[in-house]
Amino acid sequence: MSDLDKFLEKIKNNVKIEPKDWMPDGYRKHLQRQMSQHAHSEIIGMQPEGNWITRAPSLRAKVILLAKIQDEAGHGQYLYSAAETLGKSRDEYIHELQTRKAKYSSIFNYPTLTWADMGAVGWLVDGAAIVNQVSLQKTSYGPYSRAMVRICKEESFHQRQGYEIMSQMAFGTAEQKEMAQDALNRFWWPSIMMFGPHDADSARSGDAMKWGIKVESNDELRQRFIDKTVQQAEIIGLTIPDPDLKWNEEKGSYDFGKMDWDEFWQVVKGNGPCNDQRINHHIKAHEEGTWVREAAIAYAKKNN
Amino acid sequence: MENKDALINYCLRVGDSSLVLGQRLAEWCSNGPILEEDIALTNISLDLFGQSRMLYSYIAELKGNGETEDSVAFGRNERAFYNTLLSERPNGHFGDTIVRGLLVDAFNFHFYTKLKESKDSTLAAFAEKSLKEVTYHLRHSSEWIIRLGDGTEESKNKVQKSLNELWGYSDDLFEMNDDDLNLVSEGVAIDLSSIKPLWQETINTVLSRAKLTLPENVFMHKGSRNAVHSEYLGHLLCEMQYLQKAYPDAKW
Repeated sequence: MSDLDKFLEKIKNNVKIEPKDWMPDGYRKHLQRQMSQHAHSEIIGMQPEGNWITRAPSLRAKVILLAKIQDEAGHGQYLYSAAETLGKSRDEYIHELQTRKAKYSSIFNYPTLTWADMGAVGWLVDGAAIVNQVSLQKTSYGPYSRAMVRICKEESFHQRQGYEIMSQMAFGTAEQKEMAQDALNRFWWPSIMMFGPHDADSARSGDAMKWGIKVESNDELRQRFIDKTVQQAEIIGLTIPDPDLKWNEEKGSYDFGKMDWDEFWQVVKGNGPCNDQRINHHIKAHEEGTWVREAAIAYAKKNN
Repeated sequence: MENKDALINYCLRVGDSSLVLGQRLAEWCSNGPILEEDIALTNISLDLFGQSRMLYSYIAELKGNGETEDSVAFGRNERAFYNTLLSERPNGHFGDTIVRGLLVDAFNFHFYTKLKESKDSTLAAFAEKSLKEVTYHLRHSSEWIIRLGDGTEESKNKVQKSLNELWGYSDDLFEMNDDDLNLVSEGVAIDLSSIKPLWQETINTVLSRAKLTLPENVFMHKGSRNAVHSEYLGHLLCEMQYLQKAYPDAKW
């Protein structure tokens, strides 16, 4: 049996691939790209939410938001470690982020304009992320799968906290409700596009499915997210900004309107409202911290 | 001032200092020199917010007039805030933040060690819980001062300059007013002059390991015990209180 056959046999039998196991080069590269993208998303995602910590409207809300962002930093740290098992260092991954070779979730290239956006991000963005991550718990690469198990536990808290903000505002003053609806209007379409292109247009999905990295398709995951989220919006009296959204009795799920893939690809290419801001922020913090990292290394050398 | 008012004012001194420094440290989120420091600094920030909430709830309870932790935090302006001058200093670079941290953390460590014995049981319990947290904060700032002081030439120069600039706000930590002295005589508050030598010793030990020197003949700024602040506080509060003030009828 060749290495490749043994590898495919493991995938078929749901045996996890571990860092020291043989794996096809394409598998390794795919995971390096996907896992680092996932880690970068956690890290860049700290910025749009960090935008509101100092302005949170209550001490409780402030603490919840800050703890949430801290969780995300922890997820990023954990995912970088898991991605490092593929033979590339965190520094290399971060270099790829800063030189824009690596991507992160495009949703974070949208600005957070009002406090309701903290609700929308938690409810929709974390909500979409959970659907994806729950599915990824079954992914074939052991360290990635285990990272997802751990991360999912915290993400479901985040989603509930986001929904709590939304519902508080939706049932609040007229101005609060308006903010909540506006946040939903702005974040709805980018959120459902977080699952990526339609299966037919998704260049890398084939390999990822064959290797058990992805176990469900973009469209399946998107549909699951929409079906559970529409009801949640109804409960708090908000309207999903899609006139074509309709329950389809026959297929037992919602039909929905056309997504704007031109916008999606523009944002992926770097033309979203905040792409430059996010990367420049990351680079600035990194560069301003250079002397600190150098000092820590120098001190460790002297004292070892 | 009635005794209750004196106690409320004392709680504001401690709670405001925690809140304002917590707010400053939260500004580090996504700006740390390494990811691990983002996590550490926001951890400290979370502890400080927790401390301020405990005291504000206590104040609300003492007032008994429908005030809440949020009305205490968001309902006052800069001339009614009693935080220390150090807590409102801008973050500056990482070395500035760490030096500010060391001066405050060492103070808090000795302060809470004593406050545990307060005759006010709420304050004593608060101090007991807070002491566990600030022990970690002090370890964090001490370790970093030592790394920066004994790291590279650049880091040493930078952090020495931070120390020179921030030292002049350190006496303000120990300011007390007449009401505080009354509370001290009742065994509720702490005589801060009694912890100053302990604080000085902690600072000296850390600085000597960090190979840094204390500046001499520095003018000491004061005033925060009477709610007289630097210009920085007003901006910090503007940002923090904006939603509460813009939408006074809203619940969040």
